[in-house]
This record gives sequence, structure tokens and C-alpha cells, in this order.
Amino acid sequence: MRELKVTPIKNGTVIDHIGNGLALEVLRILEVHELDKDSTVSVALHVRSSKLGWKDIVKVENMELSPRKVNAIALIAPTATISIIRDSKVREKRSVSLPDRIAGVLRCPNPNCITNHGEPVESEFDVYRRRPVTLRCIYCERLVDEFLKLLR
Amino acid sequence: MGLKGRDVISIRDLAREEIDELLAAARRMIPYAEGRKRGHALEDQILVLAFFEPSTRTRLSFDTAMQRLGGRCVTIADPGSSSIRKGESLSDTVRMLSAYGDAIVLRHPNEGAARLAATVSDRPVINAGDGAGQHPTQTLLDLATMQEAFGTLSGLKVVLLGDLRFGRTVHSLAHALALFGSQMVLVSPPQLRLPEEVREQLDHAGAKVEEEEQLHRALRDADVLYVTRMQRERFGDDLEFARIADSYRVDTNVLAAAKSRLIVLHPLPRTVEIAPEVDGTPHAAYFRQASLAVPVRMALLSLILTGKAP
Ligand SMILES: Nc1ncnc2c1ncn2[C@@H]1O[C@H](COP(=O)(O)OP(=O)(O)OP(=O)(O)O)[C@@H](O)[C@H]1O
Ligand SMILES: [Mg+2]
Ligand SMILES: [Zn+2]
Repeated sequence: MRELKVTPIKNGTVIDHIGNGLALEVLRILEVHELDKDSTVSVALHVRSSKLGWKDIVKVENMELSPRKVNAIALIAPTATISIIRDSKVREKRSVSLPDRIAGVLRCPNPNCITNHGEPVESEFDVYRRRPVTLRCIYCERLVDEFLKLLR
Repeated sequence: MGLKGRDVISIRDLAREEIDELLAAARRMIPYAEGRKRGHALEDQILVLAFFEPSTRTRLSFDTAMQRLGGRCVTIADPGSSSIRKGESLSDTVRMLSAYGDAIVLRHPNEGAARLAATVSDRPVINAGDGAGQHPTQTLLDLATMQEAFGTLSGLKVVLLGDLRFGRTVHSLAHALALFGSQMVLVSPPQLRLPEEVREQLDHAGAKVEEEEQLHRALRDADVLYVTRMQRERFGDDLEFARIADSYRVDTNVLAAAKSRLIVLHPLPRTVEIAPEVDGTPHAAYFRQASLAVPVRMALLSLILTGKAP
């Protein structure tokens, strides 16, 4: 089923197969408020999906994602696929995947961690376990398996 | 790859062979630590003792260790008087310190401080405690005491008693014991059980770990009883604390059921966990454990600074 319920875009990024209900978090990660005002952002919530049952879709015009944003999406919405649209055509399509190290995306939930005490250092986590995803702060070694509240 | 120039932040930074090397070197250091031989291995070396949190034993034992090998120390012992209070970041302080000395020993109230220090320092960093985090040299001297008593660490049955939840020393020790294939028996009040994630890591490493409610049953054919301090703050009220502290108290009565060769360890200072009457028994190894702090730290400093130990 073609699901172009929203206006097609000429250049931009489509984030499809977002787990049901997570599109608003993805929008937060994208920091769409920073887009120029001629760009359209369309969001489809609760769309039928053969793979996921229900899914969300986010389409942003004139934006390609930084690696930091892709990593954040991989954490929050691990089933997402990212398609890059140029001249109205899908030029590149890939599913997100978690890298071995995630820097600057999350803050450490341990209030006593040195990274929460004004040091000029990015937070950094390595992957302790992939399924379900559990990260470990490389500084204080705290394990983390809930990410929404920790997004920077 | 050798220990020269290495940071030691967590016991996990050390492989089993490296721990073996350190413990063997520590044994050779004993006559130097006791002043029976004069050491020169670290002449011309300067160790920075950066203590941003009070500690007497750890700081003094590093200081003594350095001096017994002919080296010298410069010390920050009172964070109130140092520039860190004037808002300087730890990163900047450590950069400066690494220009002064040949290695840095750091004690800091924040978890992860030593790992951060290691990333900015050009010189090796030794973690002497980061908040509720790691304290790897304590683990080394726990292991040294067991090895001295039994000649090996493999196949020992070690009972870990008390606060297994918040006690950082016990987590590092459990990790190291797993490396050596020791068997562990956990005995603690329900609210102070070993955290799930630590247990998981031990299971993952293939360690033999069991839990036991009754101390006297756990002690059956145990080689080592490792006692930790239980802090009053962890309990609802004084009455509950008193009741629990009492039921886990180690005295000669409890030890009557143990093997004659069982040794009792404790990171010290103790409060009520071990009755003073135990001190006079052959089981009491906690004072020996405390006195090995110097040779163990001598071995570590020597290997990190020069790559060898006399
Ligand atoms: N010009 C466009 N404007 C807006 N969205 C588009 C455009 N072209 C493709 N898309 C969207 O980009 C995503 C990827 O496109 P594609 O044609 O590969 O989808 P598909 O055939 O549904 O594949 P799948 O769902 O398996 O990823 C889809 O969500 C599609 O709706
Ligand atoms: Mg589709
Ligand atoms: Zn942390």
C-alpha cells in the first residue's frame, strides 16, 4: 500500500517504521524548530504497517541527519528506517543501527557521575548489551536501559 | 602488554596474568616495606597524591610505598585549600598535576573521576577511590592476603558477608575472584543483596556463586570470610540496624563451625561486624591485610613507573 498521506517532498529525509507513538520523541531529537521556515515537517501517527502492526512516520524537508541524531534515533526507535530523498526520489535507504560507542547523545543518569559536574567532557556510553539495549557509562560504569528522559 | 605507563582505574583494567605479576611483585616487596631492605627503584620519581576527599590509610600507604622505594610525593590532602574550590575543573587540575609528577594517585567524591583524569593526563593515573565507584588497589591487597595464606587464589571458597549492595570493595573483589575461579557464597540482609547487574556479570564470567541465608551454613568448608561494614544509614531505624548487625556479627561462636584454616578479612575500619575476641584467634587476618597495603602499592607503583619490580 502506498502511504503518501502527506505531501511528497523534493529534498529531505523520511524516517519510517518508527515504533508506534515514538514520533514525537523523534521530532525532539531532530530539533525541527531549527529548520528554516519554508520547510515542511509532516508527521503521521498510528499508521498501519505490515511489519510492525502500527507505526509512526516523520518526514522533514531540507534536512539530512547528523550522525549524533541518527544514533539518538537508533536508541529511541531501533526499528526506524531512514530514507534520503533527493529530487523526489529515494536516493539512500538504511535501517538505523547502534554503534559501539555513543557520545554526546544522553546524559548519565547517575547524579554523582563526574560527567554531571561541569567538566568539559561529553558523556559517553558503550554498549553493554544489545538485546534489550543496555548502555554503560564509560566513566562511572552505570548501566542505562531507559533513554527518553536522558536525551540531551 | 606490560604494566609500565598503564592507568589502573578499575580492577577490570587488569588481566589475570597482570594481577598475578602484581601479587608476586608484592611478595618480593615485603622486606622493603618492613624496612629490612633499602629500596632505590623509584629514586628521582615524583608521585602526585591528589586526594579530594578525606582518606588517611590509603593516602599514607601510597606515600609510604613511594618513600620505601626512594621516591617522593607531592600531596593535595585538603581540597578546601586547592584551586578546585575556586571553580577549576578536575580536567584542568589533572592536566597541571600531570606536568608536575610521574604518576597521579586520585581520590575523588565523584564516580568516574579517575577515568576522566586518565583521559586528560599524560601520566598514569591510579584510582584510589571515586565516590561509590572503584577502588582497585583495595582489591589487590584483599587478594594478596588470601594468596599469602593459601598460596593460591584458585579454587578457594570465599564467603562475602554484609553490605553486598553498596560496598564497592566487594564488587571489585567478586570480579577478581571470578577471574581466578574461586567459589563465592553471598550472605547479606535482604535489603543489601548484591545488585542484579553485578550478579549478572559474575554469572556471565562463569563464576560459581551461591546465596545462603545462614552464616554458619555458608561457613562450612569455607576458606575465607570477607566481612564488610554495614552502615546505619542503610536501615530504617536503629532497632532494625541493631537486630540485623547482631545476626550477622562474627564472633568466636560463629567461627566454631569453620575450618581451622579459615581466615577472616575486613577492609577496615570495622565497627561492630567483628567481635574483638576474634582478634586473638588464628582466623583474624584483617590486620595482616591492612599491613599488606604498603607492599602491594609498592609493587603497583614500581611496575607502573618502571615496568619492573626489584
Ligand atoms: N518524494 C517523497 N516524498 C515523501 N516521502 C517519500 C517520497 N518518496 C518516498 N517516500 C517515503 O519514503 C519511504 C521509503 O520509500 P520507499 O519507496 O522505499 O518505501 P516502501 O516501498 O514503502 O519501502 P519500505 O516500507 O519497505 O521501507 C516511504 O515511507 C515512502 O513513503
Ligand atoms: Mg512501506
Ligand atoms: Zn556516568
